[in-house]
Amino acid sequence: MPTSFVLNGKPTQLDADPTMPLLWAVRELTGLTGTKFGCGVAQCGACTVHLEGQAIRSCVTPLAAVAGKHITTIEGLHGKPAKAVQAAWVKLQVPQCGYCQSGQIMSATALLTKNAAPSDADIDDAMSGNICRCGTYPRIRAAIHAAAASLEA
Amino acid sequence: MAANSKNVLPTSRRGFLQAAGATAAALTIGFEWSVSGRRAAAAAAAATTGDAGFAPNAFLRIGSDDSVTIIAKHLEMGQGSYTGIATVLSEELDADWSKVRVESAPADVKRYANSAFGMQGTGGSSAMANSWTQLREAGAKGRAILLAAAAQEWQLPVSELRVERGVVHGPGGRQATFGALVATAATLPVPETVGLKNASQFKLIGQKIPRVDAAAKSNGTAQFTIDVSLPGMLVALLQRPPLFGATVESFDAAAAQAIPGVVKVVQVPAGVAVIATGFWAAKRARDVLQVQWDDSHAEKRSSSAIVAEYHDLAEKPAVSARKDGDATQAIAGATKKISASYEFPYLAHAPMEPLDAVVKLTHERCEIWAGDQFQTIDQANAARTAGLEPAQVSIHTLYAGGSFGRRANVYSDYIVEAVSIAKAHGADGTPIKLQWTREDDVHGGLYRPLYVHKLEAGLDEKGALIGWRHVIVGQSIMGGGPFEAMVKNGIDPTSVEGAANLPYAVPNVQVDLATTKTGVPVLWWRVVGSSHTAFAVESFIDEVAHAAGEDAYRFRRKLLEHEPRMLAVLDLAAEKSGWTAAPLPAGKGRGIAVAEAFNTYVAQVAEVTVGADGKVHVDRVVCAVDCGTPINPDIITAQMEGGIGFGLGAILYGEISLKDGRVEQNNFDGYRVLRMKEMPKVEVHIVASTLPPTGVGEPGVAPIGPAVANALFAATGKRVQILPFAKGGFA
Repeated sequence: MPTSFVLNGKPTQLDADPTMPLLWAVRELTGLTGTKFGCGVAQCGACTVHLEGQAIRSCVTPLAAVAGKHITTIEGLHGKPAKAVQAAWVKLQVPQCGYCQSGQIMSATALLTKNAAPSDADIDDAMSGNICRCGTYPRIRAAIHAAAASLEA
Repeated sequence: MAANSKNVLPTSRRGFLQAAGATAAALTIGFEWSVSGRRAAAAAAAATTGDAGFAPNAFLRIGSDDSVTIIAKHLEMGQGSYTGIATVLSEELDADWSKVRVESAPADVKRYANSAFGMQGTGGSSAMANSWTQLREAGAKGRAILLAAAAQEWQLPVSELRVERGVVHGPGGRQATFGALVATAATLPVPETVGLKNASQFKLIGQKIPRVDAAAKSNGTAQFTIDVSLPGMLVALLQRPPLFGATVESFDAAAAQAIPGVVKVVQVPAGVAVIATGFWAAKRARDVLQVQWDDSHAEKRSSSAIVAEYHDLAEKPAVSARKDGDATQAIAGATKKISASYEFPYLAHAPMEPLDAVVKLTHERCEIWAGDQFQTIDQANAARTAGLEPAQVSIHTLYAGGSFGRRANVYSDYIVEAVSIAKAHGADGTPIKLQWTREDDVHGGLYRPLYVHKLEAGLDEKGALIGWRHVIVGQSIMGGGPFEAMVKNGIDPTSVEGAANLPYAVPNVQVDLATTKTGVPVLWWRVVGSSHTAFAVESFIDEVAHAAGEDAYRFRRKLLEHEPRMLAVLDLAAEKSGWTAAPLPAGKGRGIAVAEAFNTYVAQVAEVTVGADGKVHVDRVVCAVDCGTPINPDIITAQMEGGIGFGLGAILYGEISLKDGRVEQNNFDGYRVLRMKEMPKVEVHIVASTLPPTGVGEPGVAPIGPAVANALFAATGKRVQILPFAKGGFA
């Protein structure tokens, strides 16, 4: 039975194995490849997307679980916090290899949407599920603060 | 002082790779930057792009639309090579930076060899060092021809013209963009020689030029291998043996083949592959695939047994990599003797993008898409696997989602697997993407070797360090394969770099190596030998300083007077960290370490807090680096930050352990890496220099471990000698 959900604002119907993780459905069936595979067990955050605005790990979310829900991927990011985060990412030159950054940006946007002025401890809590092997953490932290400041201004 | 070469690795790796290339196949190795007769090349480039463009050399193409395309011979895996390469060439071209784009070079050793290696490949923190003169000349020659083209069109002498940001200016306000000049430029010869700018004339070099890939890597559009999608493409997962050295005895594919979407199950040399229409079907099928393994030749030891064996070997005679004076005798006669042993585990590289490659194979051609790091070797290995000539193999190098050494391996393991699967599928031109999972990566071998080090030192009655004896026990990265030739007199230089070239002025030094063999495949890992030697040397010199009753920084300083660059970074890190200021409060500690790797000098001071539970948190790291001419200070800073994060994760938590030959970790839950909450504040200070640039991708990793261990000692009086810290409850 096809699964219907809203992907980046567009009604989407996928006729696929309902146990297929959302990650692979999005990547291979809709062709949106900005969301990345890093671990498959919700340990690294590279696959982070938004479900009704909440950051979730799409690698462990079965397609069936998103029926009727709104999903946003990096390609569909919009709104002030998201744009502020992406602008800060470029301004502070966050990415190195770049592979984890879609997931980092999705987590950071979810954080800023809930908490307009996160502390370092808030950032630690919200971002420690997103691994970056290149070690861009100091710049991610700085970029989140910069994005928050730009939203306040 | 020692007559040992300071440049152990660059030299050795160059020779090593030449040996590798020579063994791999009938490769034409050698750098050929032909400066004459480029008109044909320009015409060919124009023909392929359909643009009346201009390609004065293999690294540059200018379009009639003013676009400047720089062809990168190095992999971009996060280290900033694309931006650095574009900066250096654009500097001499006087290009308009906003018009510059970068594309990856095809596999072509004649045009794109790493001049430090003699083959096309990226590694050893060599990208900028080997490109520096070559790409500046490429840019300067392009600029010279554009000037000549304007001179011809305007009938003016070149001396009356100047170039600024992609525009040639002449007297009376005449001007022409690069794009307007390409038609004429394409008809002109490339000059044989050309002058280069003085450092004082640099406009881009030395500036914080934004990375060319930052935007694409912030909006999900950057293309990695995993993102490649070709018409009719299938996805393969490979079941590899659970023990290193085991082989397929038999397999039952019935259950796997019953999974919808599975196309074929095939046996290949590395295991049994499931080929399906997508990842999920392939994964489900692999989960139910039944394989019987023949493990009669497999490695079945536990890592604890290997460590015990290495400790025994550390007590036995070994091969000397360095011998100055008589260290044994000096230590025997010393007033004070100090000794310590260190244990280093196997480490996985665990790049964020699990290994992957797309292969489209027919009986005539093999086309590969990968975050390819060793194009020449991968091309040769792919050709051999496919039964083709290297010239029949083309490689599209894409962004790599990290590597840390993993993608640069002479076995081309993941490429060869993908080609063998495409071959087993019938070599019918169906594109097949081989995708590793994280578990495949953690279990997959080619680890940083496990090592045991033993050190002894002696102080005389005045507290002077008179003898130093260092024994290293572990597997050779370069030995036992086609590169055995690089192992000279029993010494693999990658096993002893950072130890045999001990920089401290000690009259009697002996550094010995006992090379072991296990069934566990090993490989270089970011900063290679210095990933363990720097920890041993810099922890032990700290112990010696303490035994001598001296300050850890001043003790090092005194023994480095003949090493000005090392001394300068040490002083800078000490000064900026406030080393000589008031001591930290109880529960906190400060530690220092310094190392040279790939001709780059790095010193770091770490400040830690030790909790009531004995676990260390690194609060702040002050880093000083001398990498010659700083091409891009922001990328240098980023690489130091990243190297510190990468190295810190490894020393605190990183371990691949074996139980009866089986890897005990599976994913990031068991193989822990550094996370945001564990990342310290990092301050980077770059030494001003006009010396030729050296690399920054790896050297920042070397000193962080010992700096943190020394800080822990300062806070608690406890020394960490078994890595990772977590094993002793320190993390």
